[in-house]
Amino acid sequence: MEKKLRLLGENMEIWKLDTILNDEIIEKISIGDIVYFSGILFTMRDMAHLRAVELLRKGEYLPFDLKNRVIYHCGPLLKGLKVVSAGPTTSMRMEELEEELIRLTGLKGIVGKGGMGEKTLNALKKYHCIYMEFPGGAGALAAKQIKNVKEVYWRDLGDPEAVWVFEVKDFGPCIVTMDSRGNKIR
Amino acid sequence: MNDIDTDIIVEAIRKLECDLPEDIERKLLEIREKEEGLSRIVVDSIIENIKYAREEKVPICQDTGIIEFFVKCSKEFKKIKKVIEEAIRRAVKEVPIRANTVNPFTRENQGENLGRFHPIIHFEYEDDGFIEIDILAKGAGSENVSRVYMLDPLKGIKGIKEAVIDTVRKADGKPCPPIIVGIGIGGNMELAIHLSKCALLRPINQRSSYEVARNLEEELIEEINNLGIGPMGFGGKTTALNVAIEWAHCHTASLPLCVNIQCWALRRISILYDGKETKIVR
Repeated sequence: MEKKLRLLGENMEIWKLDTILNDEIIEKISIGDIVYFSGILFTMRDMAHLRAVELLRKGEYLPFDLKNRVIYHCGPLLKGLKVVSAGPTTSMRMEELEEELIRLTGLKGIVGKGGMGEKTLNALKKYHCIYMEFPGGAGALAAKQIKNVKEVYWRDLGDPEAVWVFEVKDFGPCIVTMDSRGNKIR
Repeated sequence: MNDIDTDIIVEAIRKLECDLPEDIERKLLEIREKEEGLSRIVVDSIIENIKYAREEKVPICQDTGIIEFFVKCSKEFKKIKKVIEEAIRRAVKEVPIRANTVNPFTRENQGENLGRFHPIIHFEYEDDGFIEIDILAKGAGSENVSRVYMLDPLKGIKGIKEAVIDTVRKADGKPCPPIIVGIGIGGNMELAIHLSKCALLRPINQRSSYEVARNLEEELIEEINNLGIGPMGFGGKTTALNVAIEWAHCHTASLPLCVNIQCWALRRISILYDGKETKIVR
């Protein structure tokens, strides 16, 4: 599913997408575009990145499949299994491991905040992936768009660091700040 | 107990996390008009988020931070420490606040926001009968880009300005701008840090009472906003909502400086007990 809604500015578009992406869609999306996702997101921050990359390096599989999927740099706040606040965390902390995670899993989208570095920018280009930013600190608003917790993995890492599988509806604005052609905002 | 009990601290933490101080919200509404494009979209999301969090009584940001307590009281330190500890334990479940504290070596999270030296409480002596507790919840995104400098005294005010600007520039979009910059000048290393946190507790339109510091605050606000980092680093007119300086005398051979970067979600609140009644104030 892909739908262009309207032009924001001269070269800015608003997209409504599901969360299984492919190269064809990725190629059409540019920096400055805004995406709203409906489908599932996998939260992954510091410790989940480390564990995933360590397993994949050993040739082992992850308990979840990230191929063509979207990950979210987020450590949510929950009450029981209800998400109450879940904005993005600073993406730059994942810079060292992101290239490897993209390469080894085939993930297609990353949502976070604050931007990422050259290493990730090159990986986005090489493996056809995009990086987006949800407004930082807007955790309550993000939670409003998260309808359900479908699954949780690696809860032994502590709730903020675990991998939560969220069912989302019109999750955004996810502002594209790094695209698959080597462009970046900032 | 009719002074400070666990209930009122849990209630204060709920308000602290779910509702932004009025001065900050007003300032955000004001700067919204000056921004355009992506920056405007981002500020709109921030404002919508603040309103939604208040209506639904849910934390503004999932990073409910490390909650720090600045207590002024007479000789009830031990009792108040226990009451605050219990309030944190309850707030994790009741507000809720995210379990953020981990062992720095093993990264193990015990899920209670307690642990060695937590909660962080600073005590100051106050006359008998009065109790004042200022509470600050600060997330890691902005704490991680804060910096301490032990400058050479000859660097002077120019050196202070350069260090502040350099810190803000390097922080860029990471600490969720528009930021509030709390600055501690003088004292020794740890006092400069403490003062920088105290600066964040001040209402944002209240300038320093000392003229030299007041002028420096105003110059820094202008220079930081000229950097053009803008809301969330998307460019724009507002990078800082405020700069506040607190200072102390220092060693003749030192010029300690702490630049404490605070995200737009400056969560502070106070509890006051005047000998008769207890109230939550902002």
